[in-house]
Amino acid sequence: MSKDSPTIDYAKFPDEHGHFGPYGGIFAPETLMAALEQLNQEYESVKNDPAFLDELAQDLRDYVGRPTPLYLAKRWSEELGGAKIYLKREDLNHTGAHKVNNTIGQALLAKRLGKTRIIAETGAGQHGVASATVAARLGLECVVYMGADDVVRQAPNVARMKMLGATVVAVESGSRTLKDALNEAMRDWVTNVDDTFYIIGTVAGPHPYPAMVRDFQAVIGQEAREQVLEKEGKLPDALIACVGGGSNAIGLFHKFLPDEGVAIYGVEPAGHGLETGEHAAPLCKGTPGVLHGNRTYLMQDKNGQILGTHSISAGLDYPGVGPEHAWLKDVGRVNYVAIDDEEALQGFRDLTRCEGIIPALESSHAIAYATKLAPTMSKDQVIIVNLSGRGDKDMNTIAQIEGFEF
Amino acid sequence: MSRISQKFADLKAQGKTALIPYITAGDPKPNATVSLMHLLVAKGADMIELGVPFSDPMADGPVIQRAVERALAHNVSMDDVLEMVREFREKDALTPVILMGYLNPVEHMGYEAFANAASSVGVDAVLTVDMPPEESFGYTETMKEHDLDRIFLISPTTPVGRLRAVNEKGSGFAYYVSLKGVTGSRDVDADDVALQMQRLKGEVDLPMGIGFGIRNGDAAYSMAKQGDAVIVGSSLVSLIEANEHKDLYEIELAIGDKMQEFRNAIDRADAE
Repeated sequence: MSKDSPTIDYAKFPDEHGHFGPYGGIFAPETLMAALEQLNQEYESVKNDPAFLDELAQDLRDYVGRPTPLYLAKRWSEELGGAKIYLKREDLNHTGAHKVNNTIGQALLAKRLGKTRIIAETGAGQHGVASATVAARLGLECVVYMGADDVVRQAPNVARMKMLGATVVAVESGSRTLKDALNEAMRDWVTNVDDTFYIIGTVAGPHPYPAMVRDFQAVIGQEAREQVLEKEGKLPDALIACVGGGSNAIGLFHKFLPDEGVAIYGVEPAGHGLETGEHAAPLCKGTPGVLHGNRTYLMQDKNGQILGTHSISAGLDYPGVGPEHAWLKDVGRVNYVAIDDEEALQGFRDLTRCEGIIPALESSHAIAYATKLAPTMSKDQVIIVNLSGRGDKDMNTIAQIEGFEF
Repeated sequence: MSRISQKFADLKAQGKTALIPYITAGDPKPNATVSLMHLLVAKGADMIELGVPFSDPMADGPVIQRAVERALAHNVSMDDVLEMVREFREKDALTPVILMGYLNPVEHMGYEAFANAASSVGVDAVLTVDMPPEESFGYTETMKEHDLDRIFLISPTTPVGRLRAVNEKGSGFAYYVSLKGVTGSRDVDADDVALQMQRLKGEVDLPMGIGFGIRNGDAAYSMAKQGDAVIVGSSLVSLIEANEHKDLYEIELAIGDKMQEFRNAIDRADAE
């Protein structure tokens, strides 16, 4: 639409009510409205507060291990025979994914608000682990809601959460995946709103979550921008990140949005294929609607019922997407594409074999798209791929597919 | 004056509190609903809250979640729900019907198309639990144009400042959610509600319906002392579930008894 319009000031979004154009907002049960307002006020008061930002920066450095490297995948780039590919190594964060950038920030807020109990939803388990981790560090009770199907396919992360002292609740309702975990976490929050802080793991949910989580994840793009300028002396030609709810993608994209020369690709999971209906790609195939506190693109049927989704990766298996992505799609700033299960698996194998880095199945979608994009570009061009997490958690799934036991 | 406002005015003149039962449309099967609605009226319902099934009922507890799943197993859609109301209206032109659910099925149909269809089949009001007054631009006006009342929720955590929006944008009545929690989660605390009603008095001009956690006659009795309407849901829906595989007659018997318990308790409170 307005792809060529330089007039959008991306930093000005969302508006004070959490709207990104027609998307976002606060579509929450009444009982949560006061808690959301309290959170919004607290976040607004600390987000430019030097003391808060210092504490956050120190935690990110000494506890999480930031900055994460921007690694030139030389052998893989040469094999693909096109653009130079850099990997933003979010897999090297403490707990193994980008999720901790956000849980560290929200935990500091929970502490300031005097909450004693933390709840979280999780799909792949990375956000659950990152939440259990910060809860352990602060001595807070932690309950993680996880779809019953995901509890099985991400067993190693369930074990980690339990070791960290969290209670993991397997959610049996609905489609038994991430969306149902979110419903159950909302129900818990409505019931225990006085003492409980809900750490949402992605850039979705009612305002201020999409903006707040984006801001905590924006460190990814901020670092990557500085790093690539230092290494290449120029901005990258393209960015690629996988999109489920979309937190690692927004994290990488946000600081580059004003840089018009940087092409941006968000990769949704095509599952068994976009044409089969068995996927989790609302931006590619969905329509706008309201779910989990915000208006955004959704996978829904002709009656407005939310559809079941499929992706090989639990972390992308979600019928909605953060409202900022919905808006970035409509204004044409980001290109949303899709990679199916098979292609993602091939990306997983390629990076593992070629670079000695085992990516998460979520991140493998971004990797797979890079294998398509890089050969169409020239050798002096640069791509940054967000390697949002490591693949240790996916060994069960991979072992089943590749037919080995461990 | 809307059918709901008229009903409250009439009841007030008689010194009576309204009883508003909730059932999920299409539970346990689509052809049971209209018949159950008539039964509810026969057993003392002043208005009916008809739940519109939605795949992700995030403010509902397990009892209503399962009711919604039973209805969705029969693919009950908004169109089907509206058809049920139309059929109900063939024999009952007086009892107000409130559609209760989540925003997405309404939004997906489009506010104008929904309001037009709902109003033409005889729906009186709409309550979507995930849409606070702040997000209701377009919605409030459209419903109003089609003479549909807009019912908004008030909870124990609602700050006084936000009550103004409920007052301005809402109509028919305001729904006081009597506890922090999902539907059917625990028993209402009468003392707590009494304090809250004190707080709300003077801030909200609309009649006050009280719902959540009212499981038996005793609770209905004490809520009738506090509000203008008593809303009951999960306790009825759990009886539908318990008799799910039996004849509709068995369900009606169980629901009828429970309704009688609520009605008697409310009448007793009103008579004092």
